Amino acid sequence: MVALDMTTDTVPGDAAVAQHKMTTRNVNVYYGAKQAIKDVSIDIDMDNVTAFIGPSGCGKSTFLRTLNRMNDTVASARVTGEITLDGEDIYASSMDVVQLRARVGMVFQKPNPFPKSIYDNIAYGPRIHGLATSKADLDVIVESSLRRAGLWDEVKDRLRDSGTALSGGQQQRLCIGRAIAVEPEVILMDEPCSALDPIATAKIEELIHALRGRYAIVIVTHNMQQAARVSQRTAFFHLGDLVEYGVTTDIFTNPREERTKDYITGRYG
Amino acid sequence: MAEQHTVSAFDDEINRLRGLVAEMGGRVELALDEAMQALVKQEPGLAERVIEGDLRVDALEAEVEKLVVQIIALRAPMANDLREVIAALKIVGVIERIGDYAKNIAKRSRQISGHRTIEPISLLPSMAQIAGEMVHDALDAFATRNAVLASAVIERDVLVDNFYNSIFRTLVTYMVENPKTISECAHLLFVAKNIERIGDHATNVAEMVYYAATGEYLPERDRAALAEG
Ligand SMILES: Nc1ncnc2c1ncn2[C@@H]1O[C@H](COP(=O)(O)OP(=O)(O)OP(=O)(O)O)[C@@H](O)[C@H]1O
Ligand SMILES: [Mg+2]
Repeated sequence: MVALDMTTDTVPGDAAVAQHKMTTRNVNVYYGAKQAIKDVSIDIDMDNVTAFIGPSGCGKSTFLRTLNRMNDTVASARVTGEITLDGEDIYASSMDVVQLRARVGMVFQKPNPFPKSIYDNIAYGPRIHGLATSKADLDVIVESSLRRAGLWDEVKDRLRDSGTALSGGQQQRLCIGRAIAVEPEVILMDEPCSALDPIATAKIEELIHALRGRYAIVIVTHNMQQAARVSQRTAFFHLGDLVEYGVTTDIFTNPREERTKDYITGRYG
Repeated sequence: MAEQHTVSAFDDEINRLRGLVAEMGGRVELALDEAMQALVKQEPGLAERVIEGDLRVDALEAEVEKLVVQIIALRAPMANDLREVIAALKIVGVIERIGDYAKNIAKRSRQISGHRTIEPISLLPSMAQIAGEMVHDALDAFATRNAVLASAVIERDVLVDNFYNSIFRTLVTYMVENPKTISECAHLLFVAKNIERIGDHATNVAEMVYYAATGEYLPERDRAALAEG
């Protein structure tokens, strides 16, 4: 495995990163006796969009879900190793999981708006996390979240319509808006565009670009071109191993590992 | 590394690309050889053939350009595939220039054949032979993705440069001693310059091959050493 120390590569600005937003050290994930993630150590920084790529079943989603303890909901899943957010162990017993998932938001492959109004889809999180004290506050949050999600102009006149009445691409942006509304620090996206057409996909990619720097973003994608377009760091997983992690341009023009090369050039493994 | 792509049509296209580059290379090698024969043996017929053959070289370049654009658009090549496809595009541009130099030698051979007053300098064919071998090996290196062979090509450029310098001195001496030969010597000087440029271009191709094969640029150290040599 190649665990690149991302502070030592030559990307300007990296040296200035005093602390990684998230770190994982020697993380293993088991489903019962089956090991799905093997000894993965990786750093995730605020300034970069990080892409996870790899063949189906290699453990991308599993690893992504360890970053906000989504695996807690899977009875057979067991996680070992250390994962920190701002230096704090997220698996520590003192960690409030609800709070953690607000700080580390998630967007799924299939858009999954609540069967509620567009407004309520966005307002739901801020309400339960007590981020708004008045209706006016909430209105501001809803508008700014929808704007940041690039959806405001398309829905501002129909905020009371059901979120499920939107197109797939709009629903996905609504879900991103919903994740943003609780002021997360990290946004995890698991194949957010796989159900979308190229134009809706381009809008999400543009959105990721616009959100970069404000949130640490991790995206799982099967679309290599998408990984190349949206990310600055790419991690290649294979059979639960982190095979290679590096600067996206390097991974796609000159990968170090044969397994990475075979995968991204579309060769038989 | 597994050789074949999961999408086999991609392999077919890459193979076709390699074939076109190889054909183009073979043609300019032959063109240089025939242009030199036309010069030495004073055979205008050979010169004609070189000049006409250059049309096919130009057509091959256009064909490669089209194929590369198609591969990039349809296959979105990555990593070593991407480097190879881009290298092919750049290399054919250089081969086309080499073809032009061969054509230029053929044209000059036509102009001075028949009224030659001095023996064609024996150094010229030897110089052309080395330059031709450099072109040959650079393209061989491309076909086999052989970085070692590419480096060896680059090392030979210094030989061509040395030839050029001594031919230059010889011709200038001729011209000074016998002004009647000036026009002829000027043509021969241009021929030498053309061959010298062919060596440079073969070096460029070899550098591109090295990058395509390894993903690394030739170490600065080597380049500096080469520049000094
Ligand atoms: N809930 C579960 N129970 C048992 N095994 C699971 C569970 N979820 C995933 N796995 C197994 O763990 C491995 C990794 O799965 P994971 O979903 O993380 O892969 P992935 O890289 O996201 O694949 P895909 O690209 O298809 O989404 C697979 O072998 C999978 O079968
Ligand atoms: Mg998955």
